[in-house]
Amino acid sequence: MSDARPPVFRARGIEKVYRMGEVEVRALRGVDVDLYEGELVVLLGPSGSGKSTLLNILGGLDAPSAGTVSWRDHDLATRDDRLLTRYRRDHVGFVFQFYNLVPSLTARENVALAAEISEHPLRPEEALERVGLGDRLDHFPAQLSGGEQQRVAIARAVVKRPDVLLCDEPTGALDAATGRLVLEVLDRVNREVGTTTVLITHNASIADMADRVIALSDGRIVRERVNATKKRPAELSW
Amino acid sequence: MRALERKLLRDLRGLAVQAAAIAVLVACAVAMFVGSVATWRALARSQARYYETHRFAQVFAEARRVPEPVRQRLAAIPGVATLETRATGAATVRVPGSDEPASARVLSLPPDGAHLNVPYVRAGRTLAPGAADEALVSEGFAGANRLAPGDVLDLVVNGRRQRVRIAGIAISPEVVYAIRPGDVFPDDRHYGILWLPREALAAALDLEGAFDEVSLTLAPGAREEAVVAAVDRVLTPYGGLGAYGRDEQVSHRFLTDEISQLKTMAAVLPAIFLGVAAFLVSLVMSRLVATQRQQLGMLKAVGYSSAEIGLHYVELVVLVAGAGACLGAIGGAAMGQGLARTYADFYKLPVLVFEGDAAVVAIGAALAVGGAVAGALGAVLRAVRLPPAEAMRPAAPPSYRRAAIERLGPVRLVSPGARMVLRDLSRRPVRALLSALGLALAIGILVVARFAGDAMDLMFTRVMGEAQRQDATVTFTHTLTDAAATELRALPGVRRVEPFRAVPATLRSGHLRHRTPLLGVDVDAALTRLVDADGAVVPVPPGGVVLSKKLAELLALRPGDALDAEVLEGRRPVLRLRVAATVEDYLGVQATVARPYLAAALGEGALASGAHLALDPRALPALQAELRARPNVASVTLRAATVAAFRALIAEFLGIYLGVVAGLALAIAAGVVYSSARVTYSERERELATLRVIGFTRGEAWRIVAGEIALHVAAAVPAGWLVALAFVVYTAGAASTDLYRLPTTIARPTFATAALVVAGGSALVTLVARRWIRRLDLVEVLKSRE
Repeated sequence: MSDARPPVFRARGIEKVYRMGEVEVRALRGVDVDLYEGELVVLLGPSGSGKSTLLNILGGLDAPSAGTVSWRDHDLATRDDRLLTRYRRDHVGFVFQFYNLVPSLTARENVALAAEISEHPLRPEEALERVGLGDRLDHFPAQLSGGEQQRVAIARAVVKRPDVLLCDEPTGALDAATGRLVLEVLDRVNREVGTTTVLITHNASIADMADRVIALSDGRIVRERVNATKKRPAELSW
Repeated sequence: MRALERKLLRDLRGLAVQAAAIAVLVACAVAMFVGSVATWRALARSQARYYETHRFAQVFAEARRVPEPVRQRLAAIPGVATLETRATGAATVRVPGSDEPASARVLSLPPDGAHLNVPYVRAGRTLAPGAADEALVSEGFAGANRLAPGDVLDLVVNGRRQRVRIAGIAISPEVVYAIRPGDVFPDDRHYGILWLPREALAAALDLEGAFDEVSLTLAPGAREEAVVAAVDRVLTPYGGLGAYGRDEQVSHRFLTDEISQLKTMAAVLPAIFLGVAAFLVSLVMSRLVATQRQQLGMLKAVGYSSAEIGLHYVELVVLVAGAGACLGAIGGAAMGQGLARTYADFYKLPVLVFEGDAAVVAIGAALAVGGAVAGALGAVLRAVRLPPAEAMRPAAPPSYRRAAIERLGPVRLVSPGARMVLRDLSRRPVRALLSALGLALAIGILVVARFAGDAMDLMFTRVMGEAQRQDATVTFTHTLTDAAATELRALPGVRRVEPFRAVPATLRSGHLRHRTPLLGVDVDAALTRLVDADGAVVPVPPGGVVLSKKLAELLALRPGDALDAEVLEGRRPVLRLRVAATVEDYLGVQATVARPYLAAALGEGALASGAHLALDPRALPALQAELRARPNVASVTLRAATVAAFRALIAEFLGIYLGVVAGLALAIAAGVVYSSARVTYSERERELATLRVIGFTRGEAWRIVAGEIALHVAAAVPAGWLVALAFVVYTAGAASTDLYRLPTTIARPTFATAALVVAGGSALVTLVARRWIRRLDLVEVLKSRE
């Protein structure tokens, strides 16, 4: 990707310190990163490397302890919950490792949950068709396999036509075949709609489907590479 | 329907049992509030309506003998609307088939019927014009003595024997309660009201062409004090005893006191119940929301604002509490109607004005729902304040240490399960405390619902056993010399005679006043004594007055202060008295002085208005025959019978209400016990699943839950005693009237029962917890992150 275009995400010197009970955890130790419109970026790193923390900050789910971070003209380092909520609501779609579906709602209703609060959403049915679940609309999460649940979560993320799709280990809880299916859906959304997509994984082989790969370790960016040729998810193996 | 609303309904379905327990809790509290308030309001309205329809007078005055023409002067007083004079007196009554002494107040009825204080004839008919030997009998007396129209009574009025036939049974707004002058409570068996034709009664009382009592209503805008003063000016030359308004009329005061006591109870007990319900609902709701922490984080991540999420959970609470409130309002209205009907019968009110009170329902529901929302809101706010990333992460493992108790003893002896419970207790003591407090509150309301019975037992033990130990009290038709009184000692079976002097008086302190007799007793009196709350006898000082603590409160007086006693008979002197002491007695209010001191102050010799007697019970029939034959004996009261009658009266009065309260308390306690156990289980669900996966048996896992609940109960019992005591002190304080005060006491069986109900209920729910553990879906629980 060319660096000539202005980045949509711009982060400088971000740090994040957590208190987990009695232990202080320095999750990010000064990260600078730019992300560009429409690119598919994989954040790679072992657990504890700080990739989820970075993703959460980019998604306005968490605020950095220090440093600046913005998406277009939105300041994401703010602690103003209303601004961050507005940002997530209008621009961001999330996919989590553990799906985070509401167990008491059907697939369609889980997707509607997000559609109902956005300005120009897709129809929930359409979003579910896009992820190949057009025939599972009225199933509850407990009636769906892990892969299907994750695809419902993706449908929930894309139904509001987000500018940014943030995925935290979307295949982490899935077997390889199902995982590839999920990645295909994400890849298609990225290509067809041009949604800027950030995907977290500790699985290096998934990195081959990215435009750019950023590796983190111990709270710092340790490596960055641009894939000259992207692989299709179907070609990945692990 | 929006997806979030669907989630709400489905969550609700999943929480059905817990939601039902909370709804029941709220329903009981609201029912209690709505029912209680509706009851007293209906009674207050019915009282007012009764007074209006039967033209209850507003000012009353008694005198010795007033020539009838003076009536014109009284009627001409500005502010007087309607005025009626009458002849009144005391009578001893011989009830057919009974040897017990009875007395009555006899009231004259005008030939054309009463215009004020109109008797309402419940059975039979009113007096036939011109029939000199007919009487109406008050319903209470007739009922207690099984009298019916057509029966014949032998009366002694003013020393003259007279036989009357009962024409009808009646009630009247001026004698809703018939209370013998000088007594503090009604005794229907031995005291009643008789209405006789004016002419015949006036002849018997030597009041032909005269009257000794007047009552009147006020014109709109008239000032009661001005009219009272004007009446006094007119009547003083005729031996007027001082006019007074309704607030000093004995029956009105008694009825109003009871209604206001019901009103206080209607405020205090439901307030306690609503408070307890709100606390528990908030406790359960806050924990419920805490278990949804992850879903809450997801909603935020998707873009829902804190306000939207907050509203979502508030809706959940409102639905549950609102359903309870609706149920409670319906139940409360029905309960109010039933109770009001029962009380109206009890007070013999001929009318019942029950109106649905939308405002009361609204207030009760708002309080309950508001309390529940407030509680849940705290948890929601805590949850939405977390950054969503953190909310979706499992909460950081709390830092555990070895519990202090482990350091004391050999840890190895304690099972890992017990260690988990103990460490949790020391790590999160507030959580355990709140659970224990919930159970303690349940114990508290169970106790407060039953305490009145204990209090009454203590009250009567104190009064009967220690303060008023006389077997009988004789009152004279007029004051006699001491010699005449002590002469009673010679009568059969009389072991001891203690004369007393009672002088009608109005006690004043600043602008405060209270009408009560000044009671002169002998310093060495052994039959009637002043006994304080702790059982200590308070001696009657040779100088100064001892006031009931309640009376001192009413007059804002303390020992050492001075008060004025306006004597309402004889030369009507105003005595300046120093308050020597106050005594916390329970029944009535009294102002007691030493008899010689009173005699000196009044400038009279040793005189007696009556005497207390100690008797040999075997000689009672002979004694009663002797006393009946004495013309100067106005009444004879057998103490045991009277107190028993009053006890039955209060027991019935409070019993009806407290019976309902006890039922509701039990339902609330059940709700508390269930919710508390359920919450304890939910918080451990994941841990229990883990233990089961590791290889713990169901029984071993269950023992952890059971152990924790047992700890909560163990802490709740002593705490419950404190809570109960606080509730009891608060309720007794609020329910205190000058009629009687409930001592703040909790009998051991009452407390033990309450504690056992809560402990037993908890044990029962703990057994149910075995089923929860059996149904635990290990995979499902462990699959979800939190």
